Amino acid sequence: MITLTINGLQTSVEKGTTLLEAASSLGFPIPTLCHMEGLSPYGACRLCMVEIGEGPRAKLVSSCTYPAQEGLKVRTASSRVLRARNMVIELLLASCPQSKTIQDIAAAHNIRRQRFRQEYEDCILCGLCVRMCEEQMMAKAIGFRGRGQNRTVGTPFDIKSDVCRLCGGCIYVCPTCQLRCTYTEPEKAICGGCANLAPPCVEKDQFDDMMCYMTPCVACEIEKD
Amino acid sequence: MERLQVIEDFSSLQARLTADREPNIPVIVIPAGTCGQASGANDLIRVTKRELLDKGLTDKIHLRVTGCHGFCEAEPSVLIEPQGTFYPKVDAKQMVRIVQAVAADEVLEDLLFADPETGRGFYRYDKIPFFRNQQRSIMRMNQALDPIRIYTCIVSGGYGALQDVLANRSPYQALQEVKDSGLRGRGGAGFPTGLKWDLLAALPDEPAKILVCNADEGDPGAYMDRSILEGNPHSIIEGMLIAAYATGATEGVLYVRNEYPLAIKHLMIALRQCRELGLLGDDILGTGLRFDIELVRGAGAFVCGEETALIRSIEGKMGEPVQRPPFPVEKGINGRPTAINNVETWANIPLIFKLGAEEYAKVGTNGNTGTKIFSLVGKIKNTGLVEVPMGITIEKIVHDIGGGARGNGKIKAVQTGGPSGGCIPADRFDLPVDYDSLAKAGSIMGSGGMIVMDDNTCMVDVAKYFMNFLMDESCGKCFTCRKGTQRMYEILEDISNGKATLQDLDLLEELAHVVKDTTMCGLGQTASNPVLSTLRYFRDEYIEHIENQRCPAGVCKELVTYSINENCTGCGLCVTVCSEGAISGEKKGRHVIDVDKCIKCGSCRTVCNFDAIDVR
Ligand SMILES: Cc1cc2nc3c(=O)[nH]c(=O)nc-3n(C[C@H](O)[C@H](O)[C@H](O)COP(=O)(O)O)c2cc1C
Ligand code: SF4
Ligand code: SF4
Ligand code: FES
Repeated sequence: MITLTINGLQTSVEKGTTLLEAASSLGFPIPTLCHMEGLSPYGACRLCMVEIGEGPRAKLVSSCTYPAQEGLKVRTASSRVLRARNMVIELLLASCPQSKTIQDIAAAHNIRRQRFRQEYEDCILCGLCVRMCEEQMMAKAIGFRGRGQNRTVGTPFDIKSDVCRLCGGCIYVCPTCQLRCTYTEPEKAICGGCANLAPPCVEKDQFDDMMCYMTPCVACEIEKD
Repeated sequence: MERLQVIEDFSSLQARLTADREPNIPVIVIPAGTCGQASGANDLIRVTKRELLDKGLTDKIHLRVTGCHGFCEAEPSVLIEPQGTFYPKVDAKQMVRIVQAVAADEVLEDLLFADPETGRGFYRYDKIPFFRNQQRSIMRMNQALDPIRIYTCIVSGGYGALQDVLANRSPYQALQEVKDSGLRGRGGAGFPTGLKWDLLAALPDEPAKILVCNADEGDPGAYMDRSILEGNPHSIIEGMLIAAYATGATEGVLYVRNEYPLAIKHLMIALRQCRELGLLGDDILGTGLRFDIELVRGAGAFVCGEETALIRSIEGKMGEPVQRPPFPVEKGINGRPTAINNVETWANIPLIFKLGAEEYAKVGTNGNTGTKIFSLVGKIKNTGLVEVPMGITIEKIVHDIGGGARGNGKIKAVQTGGPSGGCIPADRFDLPVDYDSLAKAGSIMGSGGMIVMDDNTCMVDVAKYFMNFLMDESCGKCFTCRKGTQRMYEILEDISNGKATLQDLDLLEELAHVVKDTTMCGLGQTASNPVLSTLRYFRDEYIEHIENQRCPAGVCKELVTYSINENCTGCGLCVTVCSEGAISGEKKGRHVIDVDKCIKCGSCRTVCNFDAIDVR
């Protein structure tokens, strides 16, 4: 067992526990985006930052990937954490304002503006789909390629992958397209959003014969007309 | 090559080679690293060989082709030993004369390196200020040996430290020696090397431990690692062998970027020769030591120099950093304990044992021992690789060794630490160059790049340039690194186009701090340095761009205007080069530029002989 202090509260966790898990077990909320139970931690969105250490050695780390260590002092809501978190949300809004998930996070943290050039991207490269495909669907049909600005998610050579079973798991976990067309939970859907924003499933031909369990999804209905 | 069975075999080989030496025969030394070859060293080698053969001088004069000596400004250069005569910028015709002069034991005064102040030639290379003010303990070896001939290496002391360690010390003592030397990693972070080895040595022998030489060197304008790899690959192998003995590691990996073909060639040759001699493999020199080294080529991403990305790259995965802890020493390549050190760190190891830890630690300052090689480039007279004791001031490097500003510019700052380093302004040149002082001044030591800037350099433009590099080279995993660098670049672009407001500047600064805080690896954590350090020391330049729409250095195109001043003689030369027909004027009268037509290409300024074109 490892003993550490989170926001002044001492707790003991098993070796291998992440700071996020440790904090959650004490009930401290930490926003996350690229983290999902059942998928391995990745640390891409940088939303879950917490502060560790003291004095000049204090630093921020992503709680979803950082392992609990003996004697560690963790702060989940220090002013430094909040400043970073707010900026990450602002950056997310600047790149992907149409995502319901991101809108919800912004609303929950009272972020109501962003000061950068507005973009409308349909992927924030959180890697959930890649991990879903590899770790839960055992397919490894999609992956990352390129770096920096050129990094994208896709299949090898951009052709339909032989190992892809069209399960749709990737779309299901995606924070930038999933919720805006999930009509099954109406209170979460920004209604009509999908109709205005052309969800990727309709736009991209390769999803033609995909098995879709997000019914009824307005998008396909519109497409039929 | 005969395999050396026991330690005594090595000693007798060394003794035999030393006895065979002919110290009185003059040697023509031609540095032919990548830099030397690019500036024409291969021609010199060819001419020299032909000349020696034609004149039947092969017994009287020897030729040694070596790696880079560091004085890039003077390349292709020739050094005559044992006299130490140095000829800079030699061409093929001059080379013929040099060979004849060596044969006649003469010195060609007209070809010597001339003192820029007195105009007199220097008779010995080590009297030239560029060399005289350095302390070349590592670079000097490049001069002494032919990297593709292991015997020239052994005769100049190569593998002597290994022999000494194997014969006279226990692994524990060897480790202690490295700890006592105070050596800190030269790859950038300055982690104590002895401590890293200690952590590795403390682990059990199973699973097998791995040592890695990080030769990814991706910083633009830095090439000190390349010069060691090309010029003295054996120093790295020897360092790794000593570490293998001290820590119990059995496998080594040399991770070299594929853009260094000559280094790869020299390393392959060195590895082969070591295996033939029995310096690598099973039961090395009969001591039971087992160690071999594999060479892995990197595909050229800057981020693959970061140790966790490097490990993934070696494993054949995408070069993408992962969370530390666990550190590579606990969980490295394929989950096995791995100690990664930089090229220059490895090259320092034999030196520690040659001098003894105590003597080694006398160089430099407390906590920053030994020498460091910097690549000195930019608006400076003597560009090249300079090796100096740690803790020397920037002033000494820039003025005493670098020879001060090039042309009539005035030096305004140096940028240290590569793309994610920072700028140090001229009024802080009394700063000692060591890990801690540089970090305090808002920069980093990095791998040792040093770019000198003068008053024709715009600091906003500098920050923009490096941000562009980092934006491309970020692996893209962390949202705040990928988007943060892009957003910082956008704001910098707006500033240099005169489209930004003071609020944008605040946003830039705010974002810079957050990017530093919220990224996973060293690339993102230092990506803000170019912005933060220029803002810290040159904020007025930023303000000038924003409030007055003016670029003081005349670099940011959108903000400058070209005009003709009273120096104009009306020669009309500029009229002929202006593609837009923007210049007009009476013959022999002062000309004018039509700002509406001018596209700010700068052609007129380059041709004007009278300094009559102003850029403001
Ligand atoms: C983005 C980035 C690039 C790096 N590039 C290099 C490199 O090219 N060569 C190198 O030796 N170390 C590089 N490093 C540092 C390594 O991660 C590591 O600290 C170093 O190899 C350890 O060796 P040392 O202890 O001998 O310095 C880089 C670090 C980062 C964050
Ligand atoms: S497609 Fe969706 S789930 Fe996949 S990386 Fe992009 S944002 Fe994440
Ligand atoms: S900080 Fe940048 S380079 Fe490093 S892991 Fe994150 S995205 Fe990749
Ligand atoms: S949830 Fe931790 S980095 Fe995304």
